[in-house]
Amino acid sequence: MLRSHSFYIYLGFKLATALLAVAGAVVLLLALTRFIPGDPATVILGSRATPEAVAILNARMGFDKPLAEQAITFFARLFSGDLGEDVFNGRPVLTLVVTALPNTAALAVSAILLAIVIGVPLALLSANCPGGKGDRLIAFVSVGFISTPSFVVSVFLLLFFAVSLRLFPVLGAGDSGNFADQLWHLVLPSAALALGWIGYVARLLRSSLLEVLGESHIRTLRAYGVSETKILLKYALKPAIIPTIAILGMGFGELLGGAVFAEVIFNRPGLGSLIYDAIRTRNYPLVQGSVFVIVLLYVLTNLAADLLQTFLDPRERSRLTSGSGDGR
Amino acid sequence: MTIVSAMREVSRRPGGTFSLVAVALILIVAIAAPLISPYAPNAIAPANRLMAPSLDHLFGTDHLGRDLLSRLIFGSRVALGVSLSVIAISLTAGIALGITAALSPRPLDLLILGIFDIVTSFPSVVLALALVAVFGPGLSNIILLVSIVFIPHFGRVARAQAIAIRNSPFIEAEKVLGAERWRIILHHVTPNIIGPIFVLACMDIPVVITIEAGLSFLGLGVRPPLASWGNLLNDGYTYLDQSIWPSVFSGLALIVATLGFSLLGEALRDTFDPKLRRGP
Amino acid sequence: MTPSLLSIRNLDVSYPTSRGHARILIGVDLDIARGTSVGLVGESGSGKSTLALALLGLLPENAEIDAQDAMFDSCPDALSPATAQRLRGSDIAMIFQDPMTALNPLFTIGTHLVDIQRRKFPHASQADLWARGERMLVRVGVSDAGNRMRRYPHEFSGGMRQRVVIAMALLVEPKLLIADEPTTALDATIEAQVVDILRDLRSELSAALLVVSHSFGLIAELCDTVIVMYAGTIVETGPVNVVLHDPRHPYAQALLACEIEPLSSIEAAEPLVTIPGTVPDPANRPVGCVFAARCPARHDRCIEPPPLVSQGQGRSFSCWLGVSL
Repeated sequence: MLRSHSFYIYLGFKLATALLAVAGAVVLLLALTRFIPGDPATVILGSRATPEAVAILNARMGFDKPLAEQAITFFARLFSGDLGEDVFNGRPVLTLVVTALPNTAALAVSAILLAIVIGVPLALLSANCPGGKGDRLIAFVSVGFISTPSFVVSVFLLLFFAVSLRLFPVLGAGDSGNFADQLWHLVLPSAALALGWIGYVARLLRSSLLEVLGESHIRTLRAYGVSETKILLKYALKPAIIPTIAILGMGFGELLGGAVFAEVIFNRPGLGSLIYDAIRTRNYPLVQGSVFVIVLLYVLTNLAADLLQTFLDPRERSRLTSGSGDGR
Repeated sequence: MTIVSAMREVSRRPGGTFSLVAVALILIVAIAAPLISPYAPNAIAPANRLMAPSLDHLFGTDHLGRDLLSRLIFGSRVALGVSLSVIAISLTAGIALGITAALSPRPLDLLILGIFDIVTSFPSVVLALALVAVFGPGLSNIILLVSIVFIPHFGRVARAQAIAIRNSPFIEAEKVLGAERWRIILHHVTPNIIGPIFVLACMDIPVVITIEAGLSFLGLGVRPPLASWGNLLNDGYTYLDQSIWPSVFSGLALIVATLGFSLLGEALRDTFDPKLRRGP
Repeated sequence: MTPSLLSIRNLDVSYPTSRGHARILIGVDLDIARGTSVGLVGESGSGKSTLALALLGLLPENAEIDAQDAMFDSCPDALSPATAQRLRGSDIAMIFQDPMTALNPLFTIGTHLVDIQRRKFPHASQADLWARGERMLVRVGVSDAGNRMRRYPHEFSGGMRQRVVIAMALLVEPKLLIADEPTTALDATIEAQVVDILRDLRSELSAALLVVSHSFGLIAELCDTVIVMYAGTIVETGPVNVVLHDPRHPYAQALLACEIEPLSSIEAAEPLVTIPGTVPDPANRPVGCVFAARCPARHDRCIEPPPLVSQGQGRSFSCWLGVSL
């Protein structure tokens, strides 16, 4: 059904905008290295580095080339699967990033799932009785959740569950290959990341639900005695979730930022701890590579949220497939 | 609206009273830090390291025996100083760029918008980290680098408002009267966009506090021994197995500050600009 | 006379406001006999839609509803929230004004048609309800009904959507069908079609019909009796042909004068007649006749509440003019 011309134009346009943003981000990242005080290669390798090593690194990083050339080289290498090399041990950045990515993805996805599982019911409870005691309590708790920094939550969770109660493992991502152990290690970090999102989902969805519940198609259903539960869970929830998705896509950036803290605090391998270690050791190619992947992830998630929002709405769907549908 | 009536209005909002008390407390503590802090914030006493709260040290001591309460009190200066400076810088730069974009020919407008888009295609914490990676940590660097992250935020609002006002009839009338372009902006556009942008600035304060504390927590922000709540939390985290108090109190300070400013920002938004009420 | 289906005495509806009670309906009596058709006419703010929503129990929660007597089909206290909740969707159904917004854009027509039957047929199978829905679409004149059931509201034109809305109302086989401005949002040509459907159905159905409209024309086509409302009160009521040809209350006369004659040519048309003034503030109503401030026949006695004057042919109206006649 979704195979019309305008659909591809739409998809292509969205994809092009997303890639343009990523390309811009790469140029910014490359331009930034110009601001490294002194000779970047010397800064990276330290003052005891041999002139030959500095020259090799400069050539490899293209610090001596114009920015445009640097950017073109970056993309050319990217397409052959080359994101540069770790300056200390020469391992390919791509390998490091690809090894770290699944851990961060698991963390982000489990945090989102947790936020949906808890946040959506909170929003429904709130919207079911707006202005009531429960609604006011949930509103206050939501603001608290949203405004508490995720690294504070991480430290508190660590302190409470892992150090005081010894309920959960403290550090690491669990034994590789042991799924249950990995899941067990995921509980605290994903809870720390999810907390803000629970508040976020509860608030956004609540206001969206209240708006939908005031629309006249809901009154039609009430006039036919359709049960309030069915109205809330079926007819109001679906239209209310659609605008929420796009806003959540934008909030995904904060989740990735929070992952840096969660990974550092819980000592988990992942993109966040990779960036952190790279910054501390001034391993610029690794900083560039992992920040690039995070930006890519963020932009693509936004794109996905955007497309999902479009395709959940039958009006948008048929606008894009117009010509194939028979209209009226 | 006078300040008193605005405060009365704010206190009627949910959590409004808490927000006023919390923000007033932080402001007073930051201003009066040298007067009220019981010890010098950096006075090391290794014999007293990691003590639990007592009458001598109400919040206990850290791993170098420094009085935690005093360090938290001085930490409020860093939190407020950094967040207010960042807001001031990004606000000024954002308004200037936003208005310039709105009144410039199309290519320059697109260029400025494109730069905003590129900056916002980074998650804010990750961009701050990337900038710190290049320019290095430290108080003044943090202020400047975090400001860059927030410029598009204000720039976009300023641009949108300036375009709306540029197209409104009273500006058209001024143009017909032959008033100069930049005089029009100064006289009409700026006062009109200050309201929404002020509310936005209030709501960004807790976000800046969080980013500064987060960078400091990672050791990439304010340099020790300067007391930032993020540094204190990091110290607490490092010695978590020996004493929980430094983590608990510095974490609580951050929660009270961010929650207080968030609730104040929301109450102000609801009071001054009900149109912005919906959304995150 | 046929036995009464709905009988309401002395209905008051008001809302608390910062300026005191806003009285939306005052002392309204409403009788609808089984299988008859009643029209409710008045300008915006007359309280006609409030009356319709009160029958369904769909007024906002802060509405204060008070009636001396409210009997629906031998069920007392019909306006209480619990009873109204039970009656709507099984014994009372409503056709809403704007077919563009009356249907949820994210669900298919079939989903709507199935779910609204649940109250009436709690034990029927999904497939049965689907089949009933499809048959009803055919009956209200939707072609290709099987396919249309799987379509979304935006894929229907305004007239088609209003047919769907009518089908919904008929599916629950109500004893009372309320139509709130059923044609206002439609083009003139589609309006005529929808009126035809409603009239055809009237002759087939046993349901009583309550048509709420600002237009005498629609009511003349569909109804037996008419109730003219002004500012929350009934000012005149009687058989449609009697009131239409010889309105007695000055407001009914003025309202009829405002109707545009459909056959009069545009060039020859007189300037549109309007009633000067506005409906009184519901929070601050006059003591005497509510229409006095706008009434061309106002005289000294109008500062006192007007009497209800009954005349032959089932007509009554409340005006001092009736006394002096």
